[in-house]
Amino acid sequence: MSDPARAVSRRVPNRRMLPALLVAGSMLAGPAQAADPIRIGVIAEAQSVAGASIPQAVQLAADEINAQGGIDGRQIQVVTYDDKSSASDAVRAFQRAVSEDKVNLVIASYISEVVLALMPWAARLKTPMITPGAASNEISVAVHKDYARNKYTFHGYLTSHALAQAVCDSAKEVLVERLKAKTAAIMSEDAAWTRPLDAAYQECLPKSGLKVVEHVRFSPDTGDFTPIYNKIEAAKPDLIVTGIAHVGVQPTVQWQNQQVPIAMTGISGQATSSTFWANTNGGTQGVLFDSVALPGVALTEKTIPFAEAFTKRFGGAPSYAGYMAYDAVHYTAEAIKRAGSTDADKLVEALEKTDYVGTVGHLKFYGKDEPFTHSIQYGPGLMTSVLGQWQNGKQVAIWPAATANGAMILPPAVKPAVQ
Amino acid sequence: MIGLQILVDGFAISALYALGAMGFTLIFGVSGVLNLTHGALMVMAAVAAWAASALFGLGSYAGAAIGVLCGLAGALVTYFAVVAPIERSRAIPREEKEIFVLTGTLLWGIMIQELVAYFFTDNPKTVLPLIEGVVEIAGVRTPKNELFTALICWVVIALLWLFVNRARAGKVLLAASMNPRGVTLLGHDMAKIYVAVWAIYGLLAGIAGVLLGMFLGVSSYSVGPLTASAFSIVVLGGLGSVTGSLIAAYVVGYLETATAYLISPAYRVIPALLLLVAVMYLRPQGLLGRR
Repeated sequence: MSDPARAVSRRVPNRRMLPALLVAGSMLAGPAQAADPIRIGVIAEAQSVAGASIPQAVQLAADEINAQGGIDGRQIQVVTYDDKSSASDAVRAFQRAVSEDKVNLVIASYISEVVLALMPWAARLKTPMITPGAASNEISVAVHKDYARNKYTFHGYLTSHALAQAVCDSAKEVLVERLKAKTAAIMSEDAAWTRPLDAAYQECLPKSGLKVVEHVRFSPDTGDFTPIYNKIEAAKPDLIVTGIAHVGVQPTVQWQNQQVPIAMTGISGQATSSTFWANTNGGTQGVLFDSVALPGVALTEKTIPFAEAFTKRFGGAPSYAGYMAYDAVHYTAEAIKRAGSTDADKLVEALEKTDYVGTVGHLKFYGKDEPFTHSIQYGPGLMTSVLGQWQNGKQVAIWPAATANGAMILPPAVKPAVQ
Repeated sequence: MIGLQILVDGFAISALYALGAMGFTLIFGVSGVLNLTHGALMVMAAVAAWAASALFGLGSYAGAAIGVLCGLAGALVTYFAVVAPIERSRAIPREEKEIFVLTGTLLWGIMIQELVAYFFTDNPKTVLPLIEGVVEIAGVRTPKNELFTALICWVVIALLWLFVNRARAGKVLLAASMNPRGVTLLGHDMAKIYVAVWAIYGLLAGIAGVLLGMFLGVSSYSVGPLTASAFSIVVLGGLGSVTGSLIAAYVVGYLETATAYLISPAYRVIPALLLLVAVMYLRPQGLLGRR
């Protein structure tokens, strides 16, 4: 066996066994402990940049809470499962988390398809689940439609509908007003979260003063984006508005290499991660993107301390899902305190009453009677969004004005719409 | 204008396909090994080139060189650790060796894929281009690096052709692909020939991987599709036929590009796969295959 192979055979089982060892250790230590620990299962895409932040952020939050004596004297234990972006792996992990590892709550995935596959299991096994990063409207709509059954799922992130609204809001103030952009092309990957996103873009972009002149949806395994940029360029839009998260590197690098003369903004999940600059070899220079938070931007007094603690411990800034996962552990801890129990139904009730200032803003869930039940409320004074731009290896916040720490710079190839 | 665009874009991508498939078919031609580690070696080379330039700041040329060397090393490890032990093994019946090599290289490829994902995440990486900027020809804007990539591919293919057809050592390789027993009787050591072929293959896979990483980017997810695309090009061209692979690479490359432009990028690979199925029905030996 070659050296790398040996290294992995030594490392992988360790990583996998760690949660089991923790649980086993806690069982042995059982009688000596004051109270049973609270177990949080984390099911995430540990090999992807956006997903890797999830277990890390959860562990960081759990360690902080434990250092302060836990929740009513009970320590938090984190049990992590890597679903490798596969819905079936995630479902198996969920079943194991509940039946064998006896978790009280699951924090799961940034991929909508995975969360939608887990929802019926959260219902069947009556285990509360929070997604810190999946966006599809379908998640919270399903809770609304069949509340009694699906109430265990919490959409701990913005819906695609709210994300589109955030993009339209920032586009209106920055790109329409300052750049005089008048037309836009929507460019989205074909995925569960972009169907409602694109529908909302179609609706809100014209209201922001941007006529939609082209709409391209492409398969997430697209290798060459040249034909797509050609199609978009032929429609002569002033802006490209993206809906991408599964892909990111290829469309960004080709936009840069081919010097597409159109500014790019919108949702780009991978661009929110600090490693995107290296992955694209700087190709992300000038790319605009909406995110829940950015390093160095004090959305609340918790944002910067969290980002700094995270960077110090894990060597890079958290992705958007990292912020949401960190907040999820904290508001869950508060909910458990309020409920005085980890009983699933009581916990759901307490989580519904969440009113917590986290790293990304003021967090509350929409109620039973609202269309996006259990998703995070979006709007001024609650959770909003930040328009960032990659400039020379750094993510700079350029909107809203209150939190901005830099000004927009047009990429050299991009011509201002005013001419 | 769209015609010209298809011509330019298709040319570059086909050259890459050709280079990627060339080594694959060479190995099969000489040693009868269907090497399913192929995609993983290309990805490994590209990720090494990316890491050298993006993480260690070594610049694009040094990065590319490291990537190619990594491809070479990977191919030799594949041969010595996976293929050769199976072929030498007395425990495996002769008639089952082929399937063992197939399985062994497949599993080794998956291991490389998982290692890449473990150490570098499964997010795609792009290799720093060797040259920057774009050229505009008749209204078609193309990155200079894309044209440069195609040029490198053709230079490498031409060198390989010259080596195989003109150099003495190359002629031995060609002979070995036709009649290994004859070559052995002439006093050549087949074991050495196999190592040489795997080394040449490693260089070709390394160069193709690095160039692909520059042009389109790679991730651990690319391993399967890259192996599959080399496999289908080689089957289309005729297993073991270098010229056949070259023609097949261009047929597949242009078919894909034309589909992407004229129908939709979403259906890019479908016509090429249909063509492959048709060829398997009508001409199982491929375009230029030997029977």
